[in-house]
Amino acid sequence: MKVKVLCRNPDDYVRETTRDIQRVPRNYDPTLHPFEVPREYTRALNATKLERVFAKPFVASLDGHRDGISCITKHAKSLSTIISGACDGEVKVWNLTKQECLRTVQAHEGFVRGICSRFCGTSFFTVGDDKTIKQWNMEAPGYGVREEPINTILGKAVFTGIDHHQREGTFVTCGQTVDIWDEQRSSPIRSFSWGVDSFSCVRYNPVETELLASCASDRSIVLYDTRESAPLRKVIMQLRSNTLCWNPMEAYYFTCANEDYNLYTYDIRNLDVPVNVHMDHVSAVLDVDYSPTGREFVSASFDKTVRIFPKNQNHSREVYHTKRMQHVICVRWSADNKYVLSGSDEMNIRLWKANASEKLGLLSAREKAAANYNKKLIEKFQHHPQVKRIARHRHVPRDVLKQKRELQEMKEARRRKEQNVRKHSKPGSVPLLTEKEKHVVAVVE
Amino acid sequence: MAAVTPEMLTSTHVEKMNKKKPPKRYWEETENTDQSQRRPEEEQDKSEQNQNKSTVKERSLKRKNGERLEKKDPFPGEAPIPHKQLQKFQRGEKCKVPAGACKRLKEVTASSEAMSEHAQKQAARYDLLLPEDAGLLEGDEDEDTNTISQDDIADAVDITSGSKYFNLHLSQFGPYRLDYSRTGRHLLVGGKKGHVACMDWQTKDLMCEMNVMETVNDVKWLHTEAMFAVAQKRWLYIYDSKGVELHCVKKFNDVLRMQFLPYHFLLATASATGFLQYLDVSVGKEVAAICTKTGRLDVMAQNPHNAVIHLGHPNGTISLWSPNQKEPLAKMLCHRGAVRSLTVDKTGTYMVTSGLDRKIKVYDIRAFKPLHSCFQPAGASCLSLSQRGLLSAATGDIVQVYQNVLGSSPVSKPYMAHRLRGQIWGLAYCPFEDVLGIGHGEGFTSMIVPGAGEPNFDALDANPYRSHKQRQEWEVKALLEKVQPELIGLDPGQLSKVDQASFEQRHKEQVEALGFDPLAKDKFKPRRKKKGRSSAGAIEKRKRKVAHEDQRDEIRQSVQEHTEREKELKEKSKEKKLGNKSTLDRFRK
Repeated sequence: MKVKVLCRNPDDYVRETTRDIQRVPRNYDPTLHPFEVPREYTRALNATKLERVFAKPFVASLDGHRDGISCITKHAKSLSTIISGACDGEVKVWNLTKQECLRTVQAHEGFVRGICSRFCGTSFFTVGDDKTIKQWNMEAPGYGVREEPINTILGKAVFTGIDHHQREGTFVTCGQTVDIWDEQRSSPIRSFSWGVDSFSCVRYNPVETELLASCASDRSIVLYDTRESAPLRKVIMQLRSNTLCWNPMEAYYFTCANEDYNLYTYDIRNLDVPVNVHMDHVSAVLDVDYSPTGREFVSASFDKTVRIFPKNQNHSREVYHTKRMQHVICVRWSADNKYVLSGSDEMNIRLWKANASEKLGLLSAREKAAANYNKKLIEKFQHHPQVKRIARHRHVPRDVLKQKRELQEMKEARRRKEQNVRKHSKPGSVPLLTEKEKHVVAVVE
Repeated sequence: MAAVTPEMLTSTHVEKMNKKKPPKRYWEETENTDQSQRRPEEEQDKSEQNQNKSTVKERSLKRKNGERLEKKDPFPGEAPIPHKQLQKFQRGEKCKVPAGACKRLKEVTASSEAMSEHAQKQAARYDLLLPEDAGLLEGDEDEDTNTISQDDIADAVDITSGSKYFNLHLSQFGPYRLDYSRTGRHLLVGGKKGHVACMDWQTKDLMCEMNVMETVNDVKWLHTEAMFAVAQKRWLYIYDSKGVELHCVKKFNDVLRMQFLPYHFLLATASATGFLQYLDVSVGKEVAAICTKTGRLDVMAQNPHNAVIHLGHPNGTISLWSPNQKEPLAKMLCHRGAVRSLTVDKTGTYMVTSGLDRKIKVYDIRAFKPLHSCFQPAGASCLSLSQRGLLSAATGDIVQVYQNVLGSSPVSKPYMAHRLRGQIWGLAYCPFEDVLGIGHGEGFTSMIVPGAGEPNFDALDANPYRSHKQRQEWEVKALLEKVQPELIGLDPGQLSKVDQASFEQRHKEQVEALGFDPLAKDKFKPRRKKKGRSSAGAIEKRKRKVAHEDQRDEIRQSVQEHTEREKELKEKSKEKKLGNKSTLDRFRK
């Protein structure tokens, strides 16, 4: 007779001392783990609910300005420093970790229209309504020394925006024309104009550094190459674009914030049709900024909300608002991809988390693993109706909700009318246009 | 070639050699500076050697060099995994992307496929590291294993295993029903005449013992060893491990049999009045009460794979139930007489039944097909399947254990047999142990059945050695991922499959949910006009103008298509008629 009976030595399964960690022998045999899918689904549902429970995006409010914030910029080198300009001409430098103002400069008379940091982070430029460009040292002056700009340039017309080159000592301003300046000179090296009177925004391409894009008041977006004498091409849309931002990773894409409540992502290789139309705002979009990973962007709108869009989706994944936040004028995504800064009419800069339910601070390895697991679970079951319903639900202010419904109704009415017109006219005479094609009027070379 | 040896040395063992070497002088050749520089030299050397076969030393060096080049890993790549092992961890078929799918979908499916394949391989590899092997029993030549007595086995094995064969002589309150907890550590016995006791059966540590002074029909552990349910004469009672009565659930009366669904936290009960009821033990609510309309329910089993309850009826049928449906999911006619007992294996593939017609039958319950049956002269009153697929059948006072029942061929000879002193009332295998517990008229017997239990447990699921703290932790986790009773159905993997509801079906559901049909067209409402043009007749006229517009559109379209087709046909026939072409036709385009 040969017999063997299952007999386990408890020493192999129980920890040796109470200071030891518990032994957890595993067996991955699927028959020992029944109800795999329903249990995973339950976990996913719980993870989705917890994500919404922990969604507390508001981090801090930086107050101190005495008028509405008109522009914000990030420091080129330091993560914790931002510079903001207000409508009364005051510029403030902030430390984000301490959430305090480091320095206040009365830079201009009237609005500060634009700020940009030099690529090396030693100085920054401001432009204002007083027709001047001023260069300031990033370091605060010593005790008792007056705040003086390093350099002041008096222009002919009001400047509305400024951006600095990525590597060289040149910068670009816009106003009545788009001017390219050398830091050493007091007159522009080159001026571009294309039969329009004013520009609202100009941005250097972060990768192809000689390329420029600007938004003009004649509803067009104009592209320039600084090595050429004339502008490259422009695309005319149905309404004016306020600002634009280049995608930092795929720099052939840019997104513009339009007056018609939408954002448009364009591919510069094909300007005829936008790649994506991002709809969700219920009022004019005033500012847009990409995340440093180039996968998402944040937009600020006149409807008092900030929204975050994935770059390839038509609707926002997140909306931020507070009771006190008024029209949001400017918005920036921090360089560590974790925070979003919004400056609004009621004199506050607000700091938001880019991922609303993210836990801040140091995470233990187990916390990280759990967070990753939950993220994957939500992704896996994202199309199940219960999970989708919870993940999508956002509370928005009553005005926004009402206006959204109204817009929906208007859109439906327009669609119905177009359908009727098509039905009662000669076949082919009323072409079927997609949402993307509707908003571009023309592309001019 | 002289340069080779020092280079090899330096490459194998590092800096110290270099340090001892004297500094290089300018007349020495640049020897072991860079491999890319040295390579042409080497080749030159080789060619020279080929031309004039020079000294022995050089030749040996060359051989060495050659060997080094030729030497290969005898087992290149990853270690292969046996196909069978891989198969064990396969979940579902591979996804096929349709040819016309977009690029992004293709990428996503490819990456997720790769990921799941990787996981499958890792899991299969891990099998090698499992510490324990299953038990076994082999007889000598001409010796049947079923003639080996329990005493012999207990003598032959080590003391701890030997102590797993024991008898509890409880002749007063018998016959006994029993239940093992999910980890296999704790045993609960309940005598017909009211004696209930629970204990840690390995240490023989009695946790509580009492007499409820009522008939006890069935006993069952709940999710942990802290609570158990007892089906008494009238109501269902829940006690804790110290014997304190926690609840008397008066919604559940005359319960005869109980099953606990551990992942759903549901206690399913079958009553003498023909009701199948579900009690959610985590919140204490009745989830469903189903009137089966089939009389007294005293045969019950659960399918551990999909949590469907199987009920056996006196007319020989077996019905499958879920709490979501008032009708059975399926009904099978299994026996000519009444069903006496049934059990389902842990993969949810096989069901074994026994009936008054003295047959034991094995069914494939995925296909609802009988596989084979065998005749037992006395018939089996109790059946139980172990984790590794051993079937035990109780006939009168004898327990027989069969091996390989779940295959396709019928089995004639039992693997083991054991005679007891009283009528057998309850039969259960202990999870993760080679032990079969038998409740009978004279008490309780624990019998050793080598090869019955799963040797390697998963500590995150059921850990026999868990501490108090670990149990608490497990309880919280388990409660968090409690599966809702709505998800019980025949296929537990349904949730991960693509819902291919047809358009009509989805539309119907939408109409039901919304309360109106979103796609329905508004009825034409003629505008009210002035100057007497809105008389009933005028309105009717205007209505007539747009009546059946859709139909008219369709008809118009079909007529147009028809005419076009006829036109084409005509042209073709014309061409055929003009088969003899003129010479000038070749210039025609």
